Amino acid sequence: MTVKVAGLGVELDRRPILTGVDLHVPEGSWTAVIGPNGAGKSTLLRAVLGLLDGVGSVTVAGRDLRALKARDRARLVAYAPQNPELPPGMSVFDYTLLGRAPYIPYLGRESVRDRTIASDVLERLHLTSFAGRDLAHLSGGERQRVVLARALAQQSPVLVLDEPTTALDIGHQQQVMELIDALRLADGLTIVTTLHDLTLAGQYADALVLLAQGRVAAAGTPAEVLTRATIARHFAANVRVTTGAGGRPVLSLERPC
Amino acid sequence: MRKPGTAAVPARLRPLPLAVACAALAVSVLAGLLSGAADLPAGGVLKALLDLVPGVDVESGLSLIEWNVLVELRLPRVLMGALVGGLLALAGAGYQGVFRNPLADPYLLGAAAGAGVGATLVIVTLPAAPEFGVPLAAFVGALGGVLLAYTLGSMAGRGNGPGAATLVLAGVAVSSFLAAVQTFLQQLKVQELERIYSWILGGVGAADWRGLAMIAPYALVSTLVLLAHGRLLDVLAVGDEEASALGLSAARVRLVVLVAASLATACAVAVSGLIGFVGIVVPHVVRRLAGGSYRVVLPLSLLAGAAFLTLVDLLARTVVAPGELPLGVVTAFIGAPFFVMVLRATRGQVRT
Repeated sequence: MTVKVAGLGVELDRRPILTGVDLHVPEGSWTAVIGPNGAGKSTLLRAVLGLLDGVGSVTVAGRDLRALKARDRARLVAYAPQNPELPPGMSVFDYTLLGRAPYIPYLGRESVRDRTIASDVLERLHLTSFAGRDLAHLSGGERQRVVLARALAQQSPVLVLDEPTTALDIGHQQQVMELIDALRLADGLTIVTTLHDLTLAGQYADALVLLAQGRVAAAGTPAEVLTRATIARHFAANVRVTTGAGGRPVLSLERPC
Repeated sequence: MRKPGTAAVPARLRPLPLAVACAALAVSVLAGLLSGAADLPAGGVLKALLDLVPGVDVESGLSLIEWNVLVELRLPRVLMGALVGGLLALAGAGYQGVFRNPLADPYLLGAAAGAGVGATLVIVTLPAAPEFGVPLAAFVGALGGVLLAYTLGSMAGRGNGPGAATLVLAGVAVSSFLAAVQTFLQQLKVQELERIYSWILGGVGAADWRGLAMIAPYALVSTLVLLAHGRLLDVLAVGDEEASALGLSAARVRLVVLVAASLATACAVAVSGLIGFVGIVVPHVVRRLAGGSYRVVLPLSLLAGAAFLTLVDLLARTVVAPGELPLGVVTAFIGAPFFVMVLRATRGQVRT
């Protein structure tokens, strides 16, 4: 489902974090929000989730997210935070089952269907053998997949992922990104992520949105956004941009001379 | 293909731990009823208990005095001990879920200090008040203390109800303030110090059917509400923001659980004074032995807390018979070493 943000402004403690942000994510596409530290990337995601108040509009398939009840919102948009809270002692299966919360009545309990969905998601992410494992005993890559499993169990058409590759080595980064892309293609999911690795963002996203100081500084295809001049201006970094497979840009850091 | 039977089973209350907890409670209640200062014949007691079951008619062979000791003194006292222990442990588990902190206890938001002010106020200003004056004042004081902390916390928090950390801080402030008020009140009339002190130390020695009937409705409502919130407390374990993203209003769950747990705490302090330790340690032992899901911790804490306090009260009234030890002292004296034992035995299995 199409995600549209128009004229979004968010203030935290009376300090403007986002100003006049527009975002248009067509159904089934992947948009990566990039930008230097403190640009407001995570705030933008939280606003897209309807967790923050602000001016402007946030709609999913034409429905105003902030006017919806929390459980209806959760059926439209699933979220995997950058630093997810993983309660020690909880099993991977129970954690995945939490993704079914928006479908369970307030004082109700999970149905057989909810449990089947959770099992299926685990199987799909090759986590079935981890189902009984304590969340405290997972490696970084496993943890990321488990958080993804909970989000998928929500069966929401829109997936919002805050830095899904944080703290992963290069192999696991690729593995997680490929997984997200495969799920997007298979289920027609609309994906919004923040990503701090620009090359990674350029390889996977259909569109990039560069935030700087709470405003959209550039938006478009990876090739349009990831240019030497733009990176120099907003990240104060000196990079060489080459064109890789599929015309997607590849960035390499160079020492300034 | 997933083979049938290998599908993961979610955390649920399993029959075995439930049966063990029920058995422990039954044994403690029986032990509490069978022993005491008056030497009642065991067979007679059992027959008399059967006789009390509606529809059953058994000749107990107890004399009228023995019958009265059993039905008017021992039975209400044992039931009260079980009820208070169960309520405190259940409320403690609820507070721990709401604050996502295993160190939270039922007195965290000023219930104890509030009850202290209420009880002291009545003892000092209305020494001739009817018997139910002190419990009633303690009950109102406990709820007032929590309400004050919650209101202060809401004023300091931003919109959408107070966050957990703000609430704890407000609770600390309110507790200190009310403790100061209580100290001031008790200094006004030093001749009542002993009565105040014995209330603070806690006990169920004065339990009777009227006291039980007084708190029963509130105890029942708060217990049912708390037991119904196990799944929601499990969702809350991922934090407010993620819980919101999962479609849950964290502020609402927190408010409902806090109200119910505070009501349970108020019931307990009203009839038994300040009994520490139960609310914090029993849920921990349960967590260590049976798992951390609140669907397990809440019901098992209720049963284990009831069994624990029944046994402790049995010790309190038999060890130095015919004298009695204050219940609050014995809970910690027995409970602390037991807790250390459980911690050692389950080392490395559960992170808390």
